[in-house]
This record gives sequence, C-alpha cells and structure tokens, in this order.
Amino acid sequence: MYAVVADDNNSRLNVASSKIDAQSGYRSFTSEISSASMFEREMFEQCEITPEGHPWLKPIRHGIAGIDQRETAYEFFSMTGKEIHEVGVGPIHAGIIEPGHFRFSCHGEKVYHLEIEHGFQHRGVEALFAKTNNHPVYLEKLSESIAGDTVIGHCGTFVRAMESAGNMSVSRTVKTIRTIALELERIAVHLGDLSALSGDVAYLTGSSVFGALRTKVINTTMSICGNRFGRGLLTIGGVNYTISSTLQDKILAMINELEDDVLLAGEVLFTSASTLERFEKTGIVEKETAREIGMVGPAARASGVAIDVRSDHPFGAYESFPVHKLTLNSGDVFARAYIRFVEIQQSIKIIRDQLNNLSDAELKNIVSSLQPNRFVISLTEGWRGEIAHVLLTDNDGNIKRLKIKDPSFNNWLALALAVRDEGISDFPLCNKSFNLSYCGVDL
Amino acid sequence: MLDLIKLRIRHGFQAIANIRNAAMMEVHRGFPIIDEAKYNTDWQKVVDVCPTNAITKNPAAIDLGKCIFCGECERASNGAIRFSNDYKIAASKKDYLIVASGAVYKEYVESAIEAQKRIHTLFGRSLKLRQVSAGGCNGCEMELSACGNVNFDMGRFGVDFVASPRHADGIVITGPITKNMAPALLDAYKSISKPKIVIAVGACAISGGVFADSDELNREFLNMVKIDLFIPGCPPHPLTIINAILDFIGKK
Repeated sequence: MYAVVADDNNSRLNVASSKIDAQSGYRSFTSEISSASMFEREMFEQCEITPEGHPWLKPIRHGIAGIDQRETAYEFFSMTGKEIHEVGVGPIHAGIIEPGHFRFSCHGEKVYHLEIEHGFQHRGVEALFAKTNNHPVYLEKLSESIAGDTVIGHCGTFVRAMESAGNMSVSRTVKTIRTIALELERIAVHLGDLSALSGDVAYLTGSSVFGALRTKVINTTMSICGNRFGRGLLTIGGVNYTISSTLQDKILAMINELEDDVLLAGEVLFTSASTLERFEKTGIVEKETAREIGMVGPAARASGVAIDVRSDHPFGAYESFPVHKLTLNSGDVFARAYIRFVEIQQSIKIIRDQLNNLSDAELKNIVSSLQPNRFVISLTEGWRGEIAHVLLTDNDGNIKRLKIKDPSFNNWLALALAVRDEGISDFPLCNKSFNLSYCGVDL
Repeated sequence: MLDLIKLRIRHGFQAIANIRNAAMMEVHRGFPIIDEAKYNTDWQKVVDVCPTNAITKNPAAIDLGKCIFCGECERASNGAIRFSNDYKIAASKKDYLIVASGAVYKEYVESAIEAQKRIHTLFGRSLKLRQVSAGGCNGCEMELSACGNVNFDMGRFGVDFVASPRHADGIVITGPITKNMAPALLDAYKSISKPKIVIAVGACAISGGVFADSDELNREFLNMVKIDLFIPGCPPHPLTIINAILDFIGKK
C-alpha cells in the first residue's frame, strides 16, 4: 500500500508505503482522518484489503462486477420515521448529463441526507492503461477520455507522468502552450457553469450571455488544435500544434474582449436581486467541514480553504510565476459561483502573460521508453481542482498501474453535505455549483 | 438596469443563421481524403499509428465509426491521408461510414443519409429525443447540449431534448455502453412509445471508441435494436449533429 500525502505549506509530497497482508487487513485511518474514507473504500473495492474499524465500509462503485443494478440491494444510509420518505433519482437524469444514482432522505421538502451511488460510468479505464503493449499514442488518447470535460487537465497530467517516467524534458514553449490550453479550459468550463447556474435560477440573460462567451473560448481552443476541447493538442514529449504569431494576436484579441464581456456580465449577474436571493446562503459548506473531508479546487477555495496545486506544488510553466490563491469565505452557491467569476479573470491574465513566452523551440521530443520500476506522481490544478495520477512501472518498463484521482473523488461528499437541511428543489442548483464528474470517479 | 441593456446590446444576435451551410474553421478535422496516388509504402505506418484501429490496409479505408479524428494518421502519412474541414459525415448505415480510397465528400453527403418519406412525415416538423449517456466521458454530452445553446439553437427546427422517454420519439446514445448502464439504457428505450428512432452519437457509441477493448462493456443493446443514424466524431461538432438530424428527418 502506498499513501501519497501532500504537505501544501512546504510544497512537499511525502510517500508512505507498507506491505499489507490481504487476509488480515490493517487498522483504518478514517476515524482519525475523515478524508481517508473514500480512499480506503476504494482500496477495499479494488484490492479486497479490509481497513479494520472503518465506520461504514462498502465499495464506491456499485455493481462493478457487472451485476444488474436492480437485482442487488445497495446499502444506502437510511432513516426511519412516520413522515420520512426517500426520493431516488437516476441513474438516468433529466438533462443531457452523465448517469449516477442519488438517494435523498427527506422530511417533507427538507433534505436530511443525500447519498450518491457511483459506478454507472465504469469503463475500466485504469485496467486499459495497464494492458501491456499499448501504444503511447493510444494511451494519450485514452487519457483525453478519462473525463471529456477535462481533456487538457487529465491528458496534461498523464503526459507529464509519462515524460517523468521516461526521463524526458520539454521546452519552455511547450510548457507555455500547455498552460494556455489549461487556462482556456478553466475559463470555458467556468463560463459554462455560470451559464448553467443562471439557467437553474431562471436568469435567462446570464444563461445566454455566459453560454455564448463559452463558445468563443472553446472555439479559440479549436483554432489552436482543431478540437473544441483541446483533443489532439498534447502529446508525450511535447505538443502537436504550435501557436503562430497570427494566432497569438487572435487569442490576445479574444481574451481582451472576453475580459470586458465577463466583467459586464458578472456585474449584471451578481447584482441581480433575484439571482442573489437563490445563490446566497444556499448549500453552505463550512471551512472546517471542507478541511475535514479534504475538499479541493474552487469549491474548497469558496469555503475559505486556500489550496491550489498551481502554487502549492507548481508544475510546468507555473514553476516560473506565482499564482495567487483566491479564496472566499461563505461556502455557499454564491461563493462557488463568484469564485469562478474571479478565477476567469485570473486565467485571462495568466494567458495574456504567457502569450509573450512563445518561441520557435522544438515542439516535440522523441518519445523514449519508460524506465523500469518507477514511481511517478503527477499533479495538475484542473478547473475542478487537484488531478493526481500515480504511475508505476514494472521491471521491464511497462505500465504496471496508473492510479487516477479526479478532483470529484474528493468533492462528491461535499455536495451531499451541502444539501443537508436545504429544500430538495435547491438540489439542482447546489449540484451545478459543484459540477462534479461521474466518469472521472467511476473510471 | 443600464448595465443589463448594455449587456444585451453587446450580446447581440448569436445564432448561426445558416446552419445547413455554416462555415467551419479550416483546422477542423472532418471528412478524410485518402490520396491513391500517395498510397505507398508508408501506409502501414498509418495503419499502425491509429489508436482505435480505424484504418485498414487492404482495401485502404478509414472507418469513421471508429475514428476519433485525432489526426495522428495525417501526421504519419506523408499526405496519403488528409482531414478536410467538411463536417456532414453522419450516415444512416454503419457500412456507409467506411471511407475508401478515392471517396469524394460531395458524393458521400448525397448518399450517406437515406431520406425516408415515412420518417419525414412522422418527425419532419417535430422530433423530441431522450439522451442516454452510457459511459460517455461528457464530451459528446457537452456537444449535444451545445446544440441547444444560443449559437446553434437546434430548437428552431422543432428538434429538442426532453427529460422523459415517455415524451420522446427516439433515443440518443453516447458512450461505449458500460455493463452498469446497459439495463437502464434498455429501460429507457422500452419506455419510448413506437414508432421510435435510435441515434448513436460519437465513436464510443458506434464502435466502442478508445474503450472498445474494455471488459466492462455490454454492447448487446446494439444487436437488439436498429440504429437509424450514426453520427461519428470524438465528440462530433454540433454542426455535424444538427445537420445529420435535419438530413435524416428530411428538412430542407
């Protein structure tokens, strides 16, 4: 068993390892460190190692063996009482979104507890990475589909892990292009989320305007690499596309215009009384709770937890400039919406600076084979938060294991806690304010 | 209030007026062209580099149902294969998706989607669809959502996505169909009243895509039903999706 523990204040990663007898298990950490719960449940699910004394041990991904969901009872947290009722939603949801099952325990309209059942999207991603003889090109493309809304985030994390395991380095220009792509992805999704949040409170101006702005941003990504989500841009050892000087000018013009548009649209959205009435004090996650359950990303920062991989554990081009950690304190839907608004502006500034760092350097190095017996940790601050890939190679330099951790893995519990004591009709709004990934967790 | 008015003026009119012939960026990877003259010893490299085994040697062809449009083959081919920005690449039969050496886009567009009078009569003015993500990575889902945004505005043609399968005329599948989603997908399909259509969107739904070799899939559903429309891509561009649906329902 390996445990990677980050010391954010000192920018260090500590790795602990121990041999565990699968029969006897080990003493669970969860009662002392709540955020270990999901990790212990996952190890139990994947390796059948029992953390003794775990307060509620069950697999994360239900039906992973392909059992018909309806024939096996999933042990939901339940309440009893004369007027308590349960609301089940999913796996198929109302919109064009990924599947998952939600089970609400309610009294009238009030939600006492929500439990989320994962696993419907399980495609065997980690197993596919570990299959031998997989061509690097295939692995690259597979990493783009870990979560299709985080193409640059996940693919970037993966290619850096592969480069590290193969002792490869990349040029400053490559790092710059990757950074621009990652920040464009962050801006695009944050704009999409502001659009959807506006839509959820029936604020149609916000829904339309932010939606149209998002289109401009993903079309900019497309102008670099031919795909609106950045597919095909990143590769092991470099990037497949450059940003020409003509394109630099176009990107600069786009973000300058975008900055004005976003400021105006944000001003209108965040001063609208009807919007604020729905956003403020809805779905609160306190700072203490956020720390305890190990939240990451903008959702954590909205609750006052100052963590950001870009400054805590800088990677790529972020090693050469500081990223100021932005935090808010209220931890409600408003904070999670507003943090997106300010992060968009921050990302615009990063892109503007980075556009000056491009040169005609080599875009792609020759891919070298992986070194044997490597243990590589690769971290990225994706738009949802901390993405972690841990890559292990075997004696022959093949991928033995790629462990993927999407930020959603840390944050799904936060959503469940945020909706406690809220009206069930506020669930869609709370859900959107986190916008978590199903496929990133189900893998 | 003044800011709101200013914002609306700045926002302007965003909808693409002519969806049927909208301009596409040059860099978009759409319909592939195989150049027979350049079909040479390098072709094996092209076959080998493809991450989804979409390219065959004899005959030289590319299967759009498997292709994820990553462009790796184009880089490896010395010009033997080139992606044009032509985006109307959907087909009503799976076989039609195989683009052979020498195929011409104009001919492909004219024959790939067979217009049916019955479909036009039934759904030509109104088509409501239920989307089911069965292991989709959220890529196809985001592009299907984008079809309804202010830029693409598919609703103007009477084509919409609905929440209940009971309100739907058909089902849109994305994702490689995981074992865990197979029962729910079948339930949703059965809940739609006849006559109903089935549309497969994206490389994963059509062929399994990058997940084709996974042990966690159950694609039996595809043998049980007839797929009426295949929309290839990873993910398909909204213009590809909308034009495919409009061609299928016989909208001019």
